[in-house]
Amino acid sequence: MLLELYERMALIRAFETRVAELYRDGEIPGFVHTSLGQEAVAAGVCAALRDDDYLATTHRGHGHVLAKGADLDGMMAELFAKATGLCGGKGGSMHVADPAKGILGANAIVGASMPLATGAGLSSKRLGQDRVAVAFFGEGAVNQGTFHEALNLCAIWDLPVIFACENNIYAEFSDSRTMTRVPRVADRAVAYGVEASTIDGNDVEAVHAVTFDAAERCRAGDGPFLLEFETYRWHGHYEGDAQPYKPQDESATWRDADPLVVAGRRLTEAGDATSEQLEELRERAGARVESAVEAARAAPDPELEEAYAHVFGD
Amino acid sequence: MSSATDSPAAAPVKAQTRYMEALNRGLADAMEEDERVVLIGIDVGAGGGIFTVTRGLHERFGPDRVIDTPISEMGYVGAAVGAAMTGLRPIVEIMFLDFIGVCLDPILNQASKLGYMTNGALKVPIVFRTQTGAGRSAGAQHSQSLEAMLAHVPGLKVVMPATVTDAHDLMLDAVRDPGPVVFIENRRLYAMRGELGVDPLPLGRARIAAPGDDVTVVTWGQSLRECLGAAEAASVSLEVIDLRSIVPLDMETVLRSAERTGRVLVVHEAVQDFGAGAEIAARVGHDLFDLLRTPVRRLGTPSVPMPFNPALERALLPGAHSIADAAAALVAEG
Ligand SMILES: Cc1ncc(C[n+]2csc(CCOP(=O)(O)OP(=O)(O)O)c2C)c(N)n1
Repeated sequence: MLLELYERMALIRAFETRVAELYRDGEIPGFVHTSLGQEAVAAGVCAALRDDDYLATTHRGHGHVLAKGADLDGMMAELFAKATGLCGGKGGSMHVADPAKGILGANAIVGASMPLATGAGLSSKRLGQDRVAVAFFGEGAVNQGTFHEALNLCAIWDLPVIFACENNIYAEFSDSRTMTRVPRVADRAVAYGVEASTIDGNDVEAVHAVTFDAAERCRAGDGPFLLEFETYRWHGHYEGDAQPYKPQDESATWRDADPLVVAGRRLTEAGDATSEQLEELRERAGARVESAVEAARAAPDPELEEAYAHVFGD
Repeated sequence: MSSATDSPAAAPVKAQTRYMEALNRGLADAMEEDERVVLIGIDVGAGGGIFTVTRGLHERFGPDRVIDTPISEMGYVGAAVGAAMTGLRPIVEIMFLDFIGVCLDPILNQASKLGYMTNGALKVPIVFRTQTGAGRSAGAQHSQSLEAMLAHVPGLKVVMPATVTDAHDLMLDAVRDPGPVVFIENRRLYAMRGELGVDPLPLGRARIAAPGDDVTVVTWGQSLRECLGAAEAASVSLEVIDLRSIVPLDMETVLRSAERTGRVLVVHEAVQDFGAGAEIAARVGHDLFDLLRTPVRRLGTPSVPMPFNPALERALLPGAHSIADAAAALVAEG
């Protein structure tokens, strides 16, 4: 299992690293928010879900979307705004979606994932399915009304929804701890009678275990749950942000907790993999990403008529 | 006051339906027709809605399909959008159109765009049901007609039924629509009686509510009744067009009439500045510049919040007299 989680993390790492370069070089339009350093949350949570479970995420959603099983080539082409992208080039980094994999989309509105996941949980329950809905959101989003309203609705309706908070300390340029007197996001769930826990978000096994348990209990009707994953955003808010607001030595400390290093060490110490094997795995991920980049580069732009298509739900 | 579609011959014996009952029937028919249709909103269930529009549906379809919510518009409207994306067909009620201010995101950034941004991969079949209507001293926070604001957002259809037939039929059309529809009722019409099934038309087509020759009067919602009153009272002949929906906008019907009359008056209850009337005037002016006998005229509410005082409120709203006067003035101009 850990090896598989490692592989998912390696793919996200390779993807995000390459995307950061491509963005810097002007090959990808728009804004890009990478999730470097946070791979364990995406991989751990999504590996605990079924293909038909729902996922609603944020502007920083590449990792989640990839981990949930979106097609890599389609993802990359979407970031390149090409016709072969998952959304035909009309969504982009902040709006990439793949409903066939239960992915209801990244979302550029802070806090929007939570009501949408609530609705997906409502559908699942009302239609007699046992699909779980996960809303990813940052700790910055817990000060939005949507967090409180959605949590309360899920609680009173007993919905199979997991509120997955990726607490990476920063909301844009602001230290989130200065924006609330309640440093632990999980503590807020008490107000709504929702079970919550705070987990080391750089420990992919821990993330996976707690999510798997929450998902199973959601299927049994015990939802919702709030899971707070403590992690760290390596890069700036968006690519190109020089992060003058971060303390000098903070990044270095967190680099020691690199989720890939943590998982890799565990694998080698247990004798489940050699460091050569892990390196090979990372190289394979890099090669996979590179072929997606080449395909995306070669792909055509959408036809102009596509700009007029699908306006009214057709 | 009788509705636009009453025909004197058919009126006497038949029990006539109220607009609110027609809405109720529309909701019930939609729920009967499709298991996936659910109602979501504050007090829509056991309470039957504060205007009784959803009365009886809770008993008939059960609490799983007629879902009461806390006073939590951002949460439940957003949840309804999520539900629409994942297999349900929600009709979500925003009690007063004015309250849309606290829950605009799920409407203008989510429902209206997710189908487009995913190139059609996501479907968002949802009806945002709400009501408006000045004229009852509800004050500035309960009287606004915001259809132009909503029509300005690409991806939303905006429907405003003005007759008993449309209250029922347009509701069914809205629920069957593959995308998001804002369905705006008018509470001053709730008690209006009329007949169901008169002159049924699909969503997106305008109706000639009263034929005439001198001035084309374009209107929708509650203002239709005022315009019909004006048509009876006016010294000139008015052709009154009920648009029925702002998006889609049936300009063809408007233009065909305007070609004949050469004069257009747009009447709406909403604030005149930057309103839907401006859009219609611009299009008529563009397409019929050479045929028009006079510039297009608009008659809406002045750009002030709706006052509480009944006399002031009445003075601001377009009424049959001001409409008749405006039409006569157009004819006098040319
Ligand atoms: C409603 C809304 N307000 C503000 C923004 C601008 N914005 C984008 S991301 C962001 C910070 C979000 O922080 P957090 O929720 O912690 O997520 P993170 O970026 O750390 O993943 C802000 C303020 C927005 N997109 N939407």
